[in-house]
Amino acid sequence: MSLLDIRNLDAFYGDFQALFGFDFELEEHETVAAIGANGAGKTTLLRAITGMVEATSEVLSYRGESIQSREAADIVALGVAMVPEGRRLFPSLSVEENLIIGGHSGRPGRWSLERVYELFPALRNRRSVSGTALSGGEQQMTAIGRALMSNPDLILFDELSLGLAPVVVREIYEVLPVIKAEGTAMVVVEQDINRALEVADRVYCLQEGRLALTGTPGSLTRDRIAAAYFGT
Amino acid sequence: MIEWVNSIVQGVLTGGLYALFAAGLAIIFGVMRLVNIAHGDLIVLAAFVAMVVIETTGVDPFVSMIAVLPFMFFFGYVLQRGILNYTLGDDLLPPLLVTFGISIVIQNLLLEVFSADSQRLKAGAIETASIKLTEGIEIGTLPLVVFVIAVALIAALQIGFSRTRLGRAFRATSDDPSTARLMGIKQKHIFGLAMAVSLVLVAIAGIFIGIRTNFDPALGPTRLLFAFEAVIIGGLGSMWGTLAGGVILGVAQNIGAKIDPGWQFLAGHIAFLVILVLRPNGLFPRTRDD
Repeated sequence: MSLLDIRNLDAFYGDFQALFGFDFELEEHETVAAIGANGAGKTTLLRAITGMVEATSEVLSYRGESIQSREAADIVALGVAMVPEGRRLFPSLSVEENLIIGGHSGRPGRWSLERVYELFPALRNRRSVSGTALSGGEQQMTAIGRALMSNPDLILFDELSLGLAPVVVREIYEVLPVIKAEGTAMVVVEQDINRALEVADRVYCLQEGRLALTGTPGSLTRDRIAAAYFGT
Repeated sequence: MIEWVNSIVQGVLTGGLYALFAAGLAIIFGVMRLVNIAHGDLIVLAAFVAMVVIETTGVDPFVSMIAVLPFMFFFGYVLQRGILNYTLGDDLLPPLLVTFGISIVIQNLLLEVFSADSQRLKAGAIETASIKLTEGIEIGTLPLVVFVIAVALIAALQIGFSRTRLGRAFRATSDDPSTARLMGIKQKHIFGLAMAVSLVLVAIAGIFIGIRTNFDPALGPTRLLFAFEAVIIGGLGSMWGTLAGGVILGVAQNIGAKIDPGWQFLAGHIAFLVILVLRPNGLFPRTRDD
């Protein structure tokens, strides 16, 4: 049984359809990259998985259990966490409170505040300041730590490298193998194709809300990816 | 001179009651952006509920809180989950219209059941007891008790917001409702609890207003106005802001009344407008309002 099984997914923002009959599959412990140009539907895919956007599908299941029309909070309780685009830290909460609230669902597991600080030592000294007072990299670390605090079996990363300096992006991407080693499956939505291919076991390339290409990084040539990415 | 000091002292004490009116309003606006037009009428409803409890059981108004507070907590949760949650969204108008409707329903139900007669909750000797501070300054025991309880409640709320799991969930939902859902926070339940906590404060305010002054079914809208003014003066950054807002309003009203009895409410409104012009986000704005 797949960890995540999606068949024939349509997603909408009001009258605007963002995904068209999309199929997606993710195995336990697997890392999948979703790449594509702006507006391809990558973020919508993650929002559909977490119940944050209106969506219909033939199948939308997590470990065989349907998550179609389930509340986001219920999906988080099942073990799905998201690191949203732009980090979206809570400004009235301190760094530590932002981390603690990640564990609001009370799901037991390996991750704790102490382990998050071990993973991101820079946050320990900044624990009392507001999340918005951090640098972009520290904010991304807090957002990842916040997701880990829910002890997820699947983390959805939306635009991990967006707005970050290359050196910070490298630092953030160095953490992903550590998370993967814990047995956590990951979906990485990314515009930096090279970064995405480095960490992914498989790649989905989206184009205008439809699946344009899928395969393992080794099996896909740059030309095929470019063609699927840009629609040339 | 001593008379002016006396006016300020009395104003501060009245401000405690206004802060109680405002605290409940501030919580629900802060957490769910709901402007509750029925807030004042809910205060009056709580006073009538207390009156029924007192008449039925013969207990003291303070003791009646044992029954009235849980009732209003439950009523608030059901009101939010059953009606108000369905009005919330990007548009601020539906909750305004629905709470306006609830206001009219409450006023007319109270009028139908209890008539337009003024009522009062009798608390015994404490109503008239006073403490002499200095020559010319004497403070009522009841207003002092109300003020101390208001300060204690606001301190408890502030600590609760800062240090508890529920308080963090309230603040996160207030900051960014959709991201809060991604943290596993059940938004409808949190909104229900926010309204329930708000109506506990409303219940306490309703009982105190019932002891301090006469009340009738039409009293709600003016209490709502005072609550709005105290919230806007204080800002939404801290519960202490609502206390400051209430105290400023109370002091302004008492100084106005000292100048001319007809200026009491006018002076409060002028103080509110001056602060609105000078500090549009209030004295204690939220971080993102700065």
